[in-house]
Amino acid sequence: MELDYAFIWAAIIAFSVLVYVVLDGFDLGVGILFPLGESELDRDIMMNSVAPVWDGNETWLVLGGGGLMAVFPLAYATILPALYMPLTIMLLALVFRGVAFEYRWRTTRGKRFWDHAFFGGSSVAAIMQGIALGALVQGIEIENRAYAGGWFDWLTPFSILCGAAVWFGYGLLGATWLNMKTEGALQAKMRDYAYKCAIVTLALIAVVSFWTPFLNEDYFHKWFSFPGSLYTSIAPALVVIAIWRLFTGIKQKHDIWPFAASILLFVACFGGIGISFYPNIVPTSITIWEAAAPDNSLKFTLVGALILMPMILAYTGYAYWVFRGKVKPDAGYH
Amino acid sequence: MTDFFTAEMLARIQFAFTVSFHIIFPAFSIGLASYLAVLNGLWLRTKDDTYLILFNYWKKIFAVAFGMGVVTGIVMSYQFGTNWSVFSDKAGPVIGPLMAYEVMSAFFLEAGFLGIMLFGRDRVGNGLHMFATAMVAFGTLMSATWILSVNSWMQTPAGYGFNEDGQFIAVDWMKVVFNPSFPYRLAHMVIAAYLTTALVVGAVGGLHLLRERRNIAARKMFSMAMWMAVIVTPIQILVGDAHGLNTLEHQPAKVMAMEGHFDSHPDGAPLILFGIPNQAEKRIDYAIQIPKLSSLILKHHLDAPLAGLDTIPDDEEPPVAIVFWSFRIMVGLGFAMLGLGLWSLVARFKGRLYEAPILHRASIVMGPTGFIAVLAGWITTEVGRQPYTVYGVLRTSDSLSPIDAAAVAASLIGFIIVYFICIGAGTFYILRLMNKSPNAPNIGFNVGPMRSTGISAAGQIFASDGKTKMSEEK
Ligand code: HDD
Ligand code: HEM
Ligand code: HEM
Repeated sequence: MELDYAFIWAAIIAFSVLVYVVLDGFDLGVGILFPLGESELDRDIMMNSVAPVWDGNETWLVLGGGGLMAVFPLAYATILPALYMPLTIMLLALVFRGVAFEYRWRTTRGKRFWDHAFFGGSSVAAIMQGIALGALVQGIEIENRAYAGGWFDWLTPFSILCGAAVWFGYGLLGATWLNMKTEGALQAKMRDYAYKCAIVTLALIAVVSFWTPFLNEDYFHKWFSFPGSLYTSIAPALVVIAIWRLFTGIKQKHDIWPFAASILLFVACFGGIGISFYPNIVPTSITIWEAAAPDNSLKFTLVGALILMPMILAYTGYAYWVFRGKVKPDAGYH
Repeated sequence: MTDFFTAEMLARIQFAFTVSFHIIFPAFSIGLASYLAVLNGLWLRTKDDTYLILFNYWKKIFAVAFGMGVVTGIVMSYQFGTNWSVFSDKAGPVIGPLMAYEVMSAFFLEAGFLGIMLFGRDRVGNGLHMFATAMVAFGTLMSATWILSVNSWMQTPAGYGFNEDGQFIAVDWMKVVFNPSFPYRLAHMVIAAYLTTALVVGAVGGLHLLRERRNIAARKMFSMAMWMAVIVTPIQILVGDAHGLNTLEHQPAKVMAMEGHFDSHPDGAPLILFGIPNQAEKRIDYAIQIPKLSSLILKHHLDAPLAGLDTIPDDEEPPVAIVFWSFRIMVGLGFAMLGLGLWSLVARFKGRLYEAPILHRASIVMGPTGFIAVLAGWITTEVGRQPYTVYGVLRTSDSLSPIDAAAVAASLIGFIIVYFICIGAGTFYILRLMNKSPNAPNIGFNVGPMRSTGISAAGQIFASDGKTKMSEEK
C-alpha cells in the first residue's frame, strides 16, 4: 500500500460511495417502507422526514459515479457498459421516485399514483444497486481496455441475492431513521419493522459473505490466509458490535442507537467489500493504478477536493442540523 | 431502415433526447433561482409584501422544475459511461475533472441549501434564508460555468496532449478551462436562461393581467419581466453575433452549414434568408437571399471572400439542413423577443403597460419561445460540430461503447416512456400552478400573519407557533 494520488483518490471515491449508500440508503429505505404507512398522514410524515435532504443525498451518487470519470476513466468506461441494464433501470427508477417528492403534493387525483411511484422507484433503485454490486463483485470481463462480456452477464443468482440484501438493508436503514424521526404509533411500527428487516438483512449478509470467498481464489486467499485474515477480521468484529447495539437499541426503544448501529453495519460490510476488491477497482483485472487518470488530472482534481469536500461536509451537516428532531404531524394541510 | 438504426445512431438519438429534455429545466431553473433571490432580497429591503407573494408563488414552481432538472441530469452523468465509454476513457482525464468540479462546487451547493430555501425560513430566520437562496442561485450559475467549459472544450479543444494509451491529457489547465469558445458560450447560455425565465414570468403575468387587471402581484411580475426582455434581448443578439464570429474562426464548417453556403464566394457572400438545403446536390433550393450581406455580417466588409462547404471534405461536413433551420429558428425568435420588449417599452411610456390586452396576449404566445430558442441553439451547436465529439480530433463513430444496438434501443424506449410520463405530468403540474392567481382572495395585505398563495391554505410562512410545516410550504 503506497500513498500516491491513485490511492488517495481510491479512498475518496470509496468514501463518496459509502456516504451515498448510507444517506440515500435510508432515504430509499423510507420509500421502500412507504406503503406500510397506513394513513395518509403517516405517509406525509415519512416523506417529509427526507424531503429537505434527499437531493443532497443523491448528489453523492453523482460524485461517486461521475467522479469516477475524472479520476479512474478506465474503470468508468468498463464498469458502466458492463452494468448497462441494471444502471439504466436504476436511473429510470430514480427519475420516478425523485419527481414523486414534488408531484404528490401537487395533485389529489394522482396522489396514489405518485405514492406507488415513490415506493416502486425506491425499491427498484435499491434492488438494481444491489444487483450491480453483486455483478461487480463477481468480476467483469475486460479485453483491450473495453468491456468484453455479454448483455446479461450481470444477472446471476449471486447478484439477485445481493439485490435482495440491499433492498432489505435499505429498509433497515429507513426504518431505524423513521424510528428516530417520528413519534407515537408510527414510531412503534417502524421499530417493529426495523427488527424484522434486521433479521432478514443479517441472514442475507451471512449468505453473501460465505458465498463471496468462493467466487474466486483471490477473495478466498484474502479472507482466509494469515496475516490477511488478521486484518480482515476487523470487519466481522464491527459487524458483531453493530448487531448487538442494533438489537439492544430496538429493545430499549432508543431513538438514535438503532440508526447509528445500522450505519455501522453498512460501514463494516462496505469495508469488507473494499478488502475483497483492493487493489483492483474493476474486479478481477484492473487495479486502481491501471485505471487511474494521469497524475496531473488527479492532482488538479485533488486540489479542489481538499478545499471543497470539507465545506460540503460542513454545510450538509448544517442542513441536517437545521431539520433535526421529530417531524411534526401538522394535520389539516394538503 | 435497419441500416439507419445502428448502435451509434441509437446512442446519438438517446443522447440528444435525454439532453434536450434536461436542458429545458436548467434553462428555467438558472433564471428562476436568480429571480427568486432577487425577489427575496427586494422583500427584505423594501418590506413590500408583493415581493414575498411572488417569491412564494414562484418557489413552488421552482421546486417542481428543479426536481425534474436533477433527475434528468443524473441520467446525463451516467450516459457518458454507458453509451460513450471510449469517449469517456479517452477524454475523461481532461473533461472528467471539470465535471468533478461541477459536482463539488455546484451540485452540492444547490442541493445542500435547497432544503433550507424551500422549507427552512422559520427555522433559520430571514437572514440565513436569504443566504441559502443566494447560494442556490450561485450554485446554478457555477454549474452552468463548468458544464459549458466542458462542452466548449469539446467544441474548441485547447491545452491538451496525448499519453501512450491514447488518452487526452491536460497540458495547461487554464487553457483547457478557458478554451476559445467558452466565454462566448457561457455568456450566451446564461443570458438565454435569464431570457427564457423572463418570458415565462411575463407570460404568467400577462395571463393574470388579462383576468384581473388590478392584481398587484401580476403587475409587478409582468413589469419586471418586460424590463428584462427589453434590456437583455439586445445584449443577447450582440453576444450571439460575437459567438458566431468566434465560431467562424474555430469551426468554419459549422458556420458554412448555418449560413447554407455550399459554394465559396470569392467576392462577397449573400445572406440566405430562407431556402431548402439539398445536401446531395450541394445547393440551397428556392433560396431567398440578400447579396453580400453575409460577408458584411461575418467579415464586416461587403466584398470579403467567404469559403463554402466545397472546401471541406465530404466526410467532415455536418448535416446542413438541421443546422441551417435550427439556426434560423433561434435567430428569428430572438428578433421576435426584441419586438415584444420594444412593444412593452412603448406601452410603458404611454402608461398603458397594464391596460394592453393585446400585449398581454402576445406575451403569453411568447412564453415558451425561450425554450424553443435554447433547444434550437443547442441543436445548431451540437449538430454543427458533427461528425466529431472532440472537434477535429475524435470522431463520434470512434467514441461509442462496444454495445449492441438492441441494448441501446431498449434503454432508449425506456427513457422515452419514463420521460413522457414523468415530465409530462410535471409540465402539467407546473402549468396548473401558473394558472393559479398569484393573489389568493384570502390575502390581507400587511395585516396579521402572511399567507402565501396557491393551493388551499398551503404555505403559511410565519407559522405563529414558530414550527416548521415542511410539507405545507411546498
Ligand atoms: C458535456 C458535453 C455536452 C453538452 C453540455 C451537450 N452535449 Fe450534445 N452531445 C455531446 C455532448 C454534450 C456528445 C457526447 O458529444 C454528443 C453525443 C454524440 C455526439 O455526437 O455528440 C452530443 C450530441 C448531441 C446531439 C446529436 C447530434 C447528432 O447526432 O447529430 C444533439 C441534438 C445534442 N447533443 C443536443 C444537445 C443539447 C440540446 C444540449 C444542451 C444541453 C447539449 N447537446 C449539450
Ligand atoms: C450533457 C451534459 C450535461 C450533464 C452530464 C449534466 C449533468 C447534470 C447532473 C448530474 C445534474 C443533477 C445534479 C444534482 O444532483 O443536483 C444536473 C443538473 C443541472 N444541470 Fe446539467 N448536465 C449537462 C448539461 C447541462 C448544461 C448545458 C447546463 C447549463 C448550461 C446544465 C446546468 C444544470 C443545472 C443548473 C442543474 C441544476 C438542477 C436543475 O437545473 O434543475 N447542465 N446536470
Ligand atoms: C438573435 C440573435 C442570435 C444570434 C445571432 C445567435 C447566435 C448564436 C450562434 C452563432 C450559436 C452557435 C455557436 C456555436 O455553436 O459555436 C448560438 C448558440 C446558441 N444560442 Fe443563440 N443567437 C441568437 C439568439 C439566441 C436566443 C434568443 C437564445 C435563447 C433564448 C439563444 C440561445 C442559444 C443557445 C442555448 C445556444 C447553444 C449554446 C451555445 O453555443 O452558446 N440564442 N447562438
